[in-house]
Amino acid sequence: MVDTIPLSWYLAISAALFTMGALGVLIRRNPLIIFMSIELMLNSANLAFVAFARSFNVLTGQIFVFFVMTVAAAEVAVGLALIVIIFRNKHSIDVDLMNSLKG
Amino acid sequence: MTSSGLFSLVPLIVLLPVLGLLINLIFGGRMSEKAIGVVASAASGLAFIVAAMLGYSLWAGSGEAVVVRFADWIHIGDLNVAWNFRVDTLSVLMMLVVSGVGTLIHIYAIGYMHEDVRFKNDIGRYRRFFVFLNLFIAMMMILVSGDSYLMLFVGWEGVGLCSFLLIGFWYEMDTLGQPSWANSDAAKKAMIANRIGDFGFLLAAFTMFWWFKDLSFGGVFSQAVHIASIAPGVILFITIFLLIGVAGKSAQLPLYVWLPDAMAGPTPVSALIHAATMVTAGVYLVARSAPLYTLVPQAQTTVALVGGITALFAATIAVGQYDIKKVLAYSTISQLGFMVAAVGMGAFVAGMFHLVTHAFFKALLFLSAGSVILGMERGHHHLAHQKGHGEHPGEIQEVFDPGDMRNMGGLRKQMPVTFWVYLIGALTLAGIVPLAGFWSKDEILADAFQKFPAVFWMLLVAAFFTAFYMGRQVWMVFFGQPRHEAAARAEESKPVITVPLMILAVLAVLGGTLNLPGLHGLTNWLGHTIAGVEASQFNFFVAGLSTLLALVAIGLSWVLYGRQPLAAGQKDPLKKLLGPVFTVFERRYWVDEFYWAVFINRYVDIARFLADVIDGRFWHDFIHEKVIAGTYNWISRVVLDLRVDRQFIDAIANGLGELTKRISASLRRLQNGFVRSYALAVLAGVVIILGYLILK
Repeated sequence: MVDTIPLSWYLAISAALFTMGALGVLIRRNPLIIFMSIELMLNSANLAFVAFARSFNVLTGQIFVFFVMTVAAAEVAVGLALIVIIFRNKHSIDVDLMNSLKG
Repeated sequence: MTSSGLFSLVPLIVLLPVLGLLINLIFGGRMSEKAIGVVASAASGLAFIVAAMLGYSLWAGSGEAVVVRFADWIHIGDLNVAWNFRVDTLSVLMMLVVSGVGTLIHIYAIGYMHEDVRFKNDIGRYRRFFVFLNLFIAMMMILVSGDSYLMLFVGWEGVGLCSFLLIGFWYEMDTLGQPSWANSDAAKKAMIANRIGDFGFLLAAFTMFWWFKDLSFGGVFSQAVHIASIAPGVILFITIFLLIGVAGKSAQLPLYVWLPDAMAGPTPVSALIHAATMVTAGVYLVARSAPLYTLVPQAQTTVALVGGITALFAATIAVGQYDIKKVLAYSTISQLGFMVAAVGMGAFVAGMFHLVTHAFFKALLFLSAGSVILGMERGHHHLAHQKGHGEHPGEIQEVFDPGDMRNMGGLRKQMPVTFWVYLIGALTLAGIVPLAGFWSKDEILADAFQKFPAVFWMLLVAAFFTAFYMGRQVWMVFFGQPRHEAAARAEESKPVITVPLMILAVLAVLGGTLNLPGLHGLTNWLGHTIAGVEASQFNFFVAGLSTLLALVAIGLSWVLYGRQPLAAGQKDPLKKLLGPVFTVFERRYWVDEFYWAVFINRYVDIARFLADVIDGRFWHDFIHEKVIAGTYNWISRVVLDLRVDRQFIDAIANGLGELTKRISASLRRLQNGFVRSYALAVLAGVVIILGYLILK
């Protein structure tokens, strides 16, 4: 049964997912993959939210997840538009090429 | 009003001229010429009325001196000098002469200054002239009425200042109206010669204060006998140094040289200051100091000799002068010599008597000479108009000296009034019976005959020369034929000028009645103030001899100048007769040149040395440029600029900038533009903060 799985397992998966997302953001140079990694991190957070909500029997965490999903959707929409513009200018979407703000 | 009440009016003799001066100074800009002149004359005239009232109270009362306290002046420790007025027979006599003759000259000046060719309708100058004249009257009144040597000195310096201001009245031109600094040089000469005399006066006053602890006349004279007994040299020192002051102010040898040059001033000034009043201040000083002089016979001898030698010396110079005013100037020096000799011999009354009559007839002569000069200028003006044919009148710029007697001649017909008054003045000066000059000069000669034969003979010869040069002047100016076209066209002056002349002529005729032998009016009058004066005996031998000599001298002058009048351009006939001696007279014994060579050029050398070497090379080039400016430059450039400013303060500021630059350069490397490294930094930050929060 679901109830028998302890909270720490969920949290371990959430942490693993977050770590994978973070590593993806740091390591990969393709913005699409970076976006996916960010989604991974957001969803790891979502997993932690729902796990805590279930465990403590409060709805707040559940509701928060909906907000996170909405924000993630909006973020992807803005981010993809940015990537299209960047591609038009640079004919590439390698994030390391976008270093014009270098000090 | 009681007589003591009248004495309290005495400050008015100073305050009235000051009031006139202030009115002209403040409101003169909006007043007409006539109003300015009337205010100034009225101020002087009212002072005369006050002086006459004081004289009346003295005459009606006991005749003793009255001291009127006016104001406190100096109060330091033991020294207490008040501004007190001293009303006694001597000071009132001087007040009457100063304000009386002064008023007539003020009135004369109203006409004279308007006509002066240099005037050119400059109302500001006109006003300034009358302000100076009133200031002079006020200062002269302070001089004669002060009750202490210090107040006398205030007036003494004040009249010296007025003399300077008025000699240099036309400071930007010479006596002919040409642009030059000659007049201001003459003014400076008068100032400097008088400073030398004043130095003597001051030393005398210091000594007086040191020994007497007092400068008031009463205080000094009451202790004089005592001091003379314990320290005889002191009184001698004081009197001799006062004599230096007298020599400066009264133009005696060797300081007389300023007075002939003082003729650069307008003629009313020559008459008022340099003939009638200011130059007689020295005579007044000796008469006032009679209690001191009578104690030291050596000083009296010195004074008498200085006066006698000056009288003779100046009289000979007057013979060789061609300028109408210069002759009168040397004559004034000579007559002042008579007075100084008289007061030196102890004949104080005779000296003061001659002072009064001389004020009348010399003012008369000077003012008449001014009238002659104006007449010549009018003649020259007509001439210029005629020659210019009306196209550009006044364009003829011929330099014409209206005061040169060689340009005159025959003025008797053109200027009858001036001629007659001039003749009266000249005969009075020559000492012809019964005019005023005869009585006063004769009293001096009679006294000298008794007391001091050497001086008597000097004065007698001087009197002979006096009659001769006055005769020469009258023949040259008024007789014969005009030697210049201007003289032929000369015109008589207006009544504003001639009326004062007539009044003075009357005074010159009647002035002798002041002290006629047998009546001794002035002797009795002054006897109240000067102790021990005795009426001098009329000496028929002396009177006869001097009159005879005067007549001979006039006759001689007729032989030389009257019988065969001087023609235009002709040499002076006396030059043929005397040759080099006349040249000596004409060139005034080269005294000015001598002073230049011996004193003034040496002084100029010293001044040059001080200016070029001490001031220029040492003080300016070395001390200022090298030491002060150099040190300052070194400090500012090397110490302050390089070491302090650049190497210290700049270094701090630059070091701070450099530090910031270095730090920012290393910080710049963090901003590498790679998004992923920023993300790593954010992650690391989050991990650190969270780690800290969790683990703390």
